[in-house]
Amino acid sequence: MTAGRNPSADVTLLTAAAAVGSIARGELSAAELFEAYRAAAAADELNAYLWVAGDAPAGGTPADAPLAGVPLAVKDLFCTEGVPSQAGSKILEGYRPPYTASVVARLAAAGAPLLGKTNQDEFAMGSSNENSAYGPVLNPWDRTRVPGGSSGGSAAAVAAGSAPWALGTDTGGSIRQPAALCGIVGLKPTYGTVSRYGMIAFASSLDQAGPLTRDVTDAALLLKHMVGQDARDSTSIGFPGEIALPRGDSLAGIRLGVPQELSGEGDVGIDAGVLDAFNATLKLAEQLGASVHTCHLPHAPHALSAYYVLAPAEASSNLARYDGVRYGLRVENGGLHGMYTKTRTQGFGQEVKRRIMLGTYSLSSGYYDAYYGRAQRVRTKIADDFRAAFDEFDFVVTPTSPSVAFELGAKTADPLSMYLNDYCTVPMSLAGIPAISIPNGLSEGLPTGFQLAGPAFSENRVLEAAFALEQAIGFDASAGRSA
Amino acid sequence: MIDREQVLHVARLARLELTEEEVGRMSAELSDVLGHIEKIGELDLVGVPPTTHVVEVCNALRPDVVEPSLPREVALANAPAVAGGGFLVPSPQAGADLW
Repeated sequence: MTAGRNPSADVTLLTAAAAVGSIARGELSAAELFEAYRAAAAADELNAYLWVAGDAPAGGTPADAPLAGVPLAVKDLFCTEGVPSQAGSKILEGYRPPYTASVVARLAAAGAPLLGKTNQDEFAMGSSNENSAYGPVLNPWDRTRVPGGSSGGSAAAVAAGSAPWALGTDTGGSIRQPAALCGIVGLKPTYGTVSRYGMIAFASSLDQAGPLTRDVTDAALLLKHMVGQDARDSTSIGFPGEIALPRGDSLAGIRLGVPQELSGEGDVGIDAGVLDAFNATLKLAEQLGASVHTCHLPHAPHALSAYYVLAPAEASSNLARYDGVRYGLRVENGGLHGMYTKTRTQGFGQEVKRRIMLGTYSLSSGYYDAYYGRAQRVRTKIADDFRAAFDEFDFVVTPTSPSVAFELGAKTADPLSMYLNDYCTVPMSLAGIPAISIPNGLSEGLPTGFQLAGPAFSENRVLEAAFALEQAIGFDASAGRSA
Repeated sequence: MIDREQVLHVARLARLELTEEEVGRMSAELSDVLGHIEKIGELDLVGVPPTTHVVEVCNALRPDVVEPSLPREVALANAPAVAGGGFLVPSPQAGADLW
C-alpha cells in the first residue's frame, strides 16, 4: 500500500476520474476497487441491479488501459455476451446474448469492465422505472419516490454510490430525466456519435447511448471512450475529433437562450421550486460571464405529440421480432399464429402493449398521413427551430424535468401525465442534438436538473459550459448516498 | 375517438390479445393520448419535407469481405425449440388460428 492514502478510506467515494488517477499512480488497485463496487452492488437495496458480476475480469486490466479498470454499470438493454440482457422485459427473461454491444465492448477494451446490469423500464418505455417487469427502482434520495426512467437503475446506482458510473440510453429523455431526479449528470450525445449495435431497440431513429455519472468530468471521460464509427451500425457517424476533459471556469461571451415555450407556459406547468432552482442557475451563469436571453422554439409545444407518434411507430415495428421463434418466451397455443399472439400477450407489459397499439394504429391504413407523415414533418420544423436558435445563441437551456421525483404509483394510472414528464427533453431528441442534465440544487429537498443543449457535435463545448456551471453550483450529492 | 372495434382491429394487427377490461381501458387511454397528439393537425406543414433520420447518412457501405459469423449452435442456443439445425415452430396449419 502506497503512503498517502488511508487504507480504510471508502474507495467508492472517489469519482471515476479520480479513481482512474489513483490507480494510475499506484495508490489503489483496480481489483480492490472492483471488489468494493461489486460488494456495494450486491448489497443494493434499491432494486437498481438485475445482475451483478461475480468476479473481476480474468487476468485483470492491462496497465495502460485508459480507464484503468474502473468498473461500469450497464443498462439491461445492452447485449452482453453470456450475461442476462432482458431490457426489463419478461419476454426476454433469461436471454443471454451471443455477442456484446459495440459500446460496451469498446469501454471494456478501454479498461471499464462490466460491474452489473441495471434495471430499467421495459424496452426503455417509461419515465419512472415502474414499467420494469422486475419491479420498480427506488430513488436513493427518498425510497418512496421514483428514480425517473427509463435508465432509472443506472441513475439510482450512480447516485447511491453502488456504481462509479453507468451507461444508459436516451430516446426522449431516458438518460437526462433520471439523472435530474437522482441528482447526477446525464448526457445524451448527438445521434450517430455512439454505435447502437447491440442495443435492444426501442425507436431506432432516436435511441442513443450515453453516460450517467457523478460529475461532468466523468461524463466527458466516459463519452471519450464511447464515441466512434461502427461498421455494424449503418447510422453511426462517430465524432469529429476527440472528446476533451473540461476545465473551464468562465462562460464569458456565452449566449444562453431560454425557450419561452419550455419554461412553464403552455400546457405543461413547471413546478415553482424547479423553476426557482433553474433561475438561480441562470443568475450564476451571468456571474460567470454569460448573457441570458429569451428565445423561441415555436414548434416545441408539438414535440411531445410528434414524439408519441414516431417513437411508438418505430417501436411497434422493432418489437415485431418478439414472436417466440428465435429467443425469449414462447407460449404454445395450437398453431403458429396462436403461438405468436399468446407469446406477445403474456410476454409484454401494459405500457409496452399500449405503445405497440399506439404505433400500430398510427401506421395503419387510413391514419398514416394524418399521424406518422405529419409527425415526421413536425420533426423537421423542430430541427429547424433549433438551427435558428443556434444562429443566435450558443446553447439552449431549460429545466430537465418539470417536477422533482414523484411518489411511486402517483402517475401510473394516467399515461398522458407520465408522458408529459418528457416535455423539456423530447425536442432535443427529435432534433438529434446533444444535451446534458446537471444537478441544479434542491426543491422540496429533492434534486432538480438543469439541461443545456447545443448544436450537433458540440459535445466539447456543452461539457465545457456544464463544467463551469457545475463548479459554480457546488451541488452536494451526499444525501443521495446516505439514503 | 378510438372505439372498441378499432382497438380490437389494431390488437389483431399487432398480434396482441386483450381482455374485455383491457379493451375498455386501452380505448380510453389511447383516445386521451391521441387527443393530445391531434394538436399537430393544427400546424401548417404544406411543403415541409419529412425527417426520417436526423443525420445525413446515405448508403453506409463496407468492403465486401467475408467475415466469421455466429456458429449455428450459438445462434440456436436461445431458441425455445430447435430441430434439424433450425428454429422449430408450430405448424401454421395447426389449430383454427389462421389470422
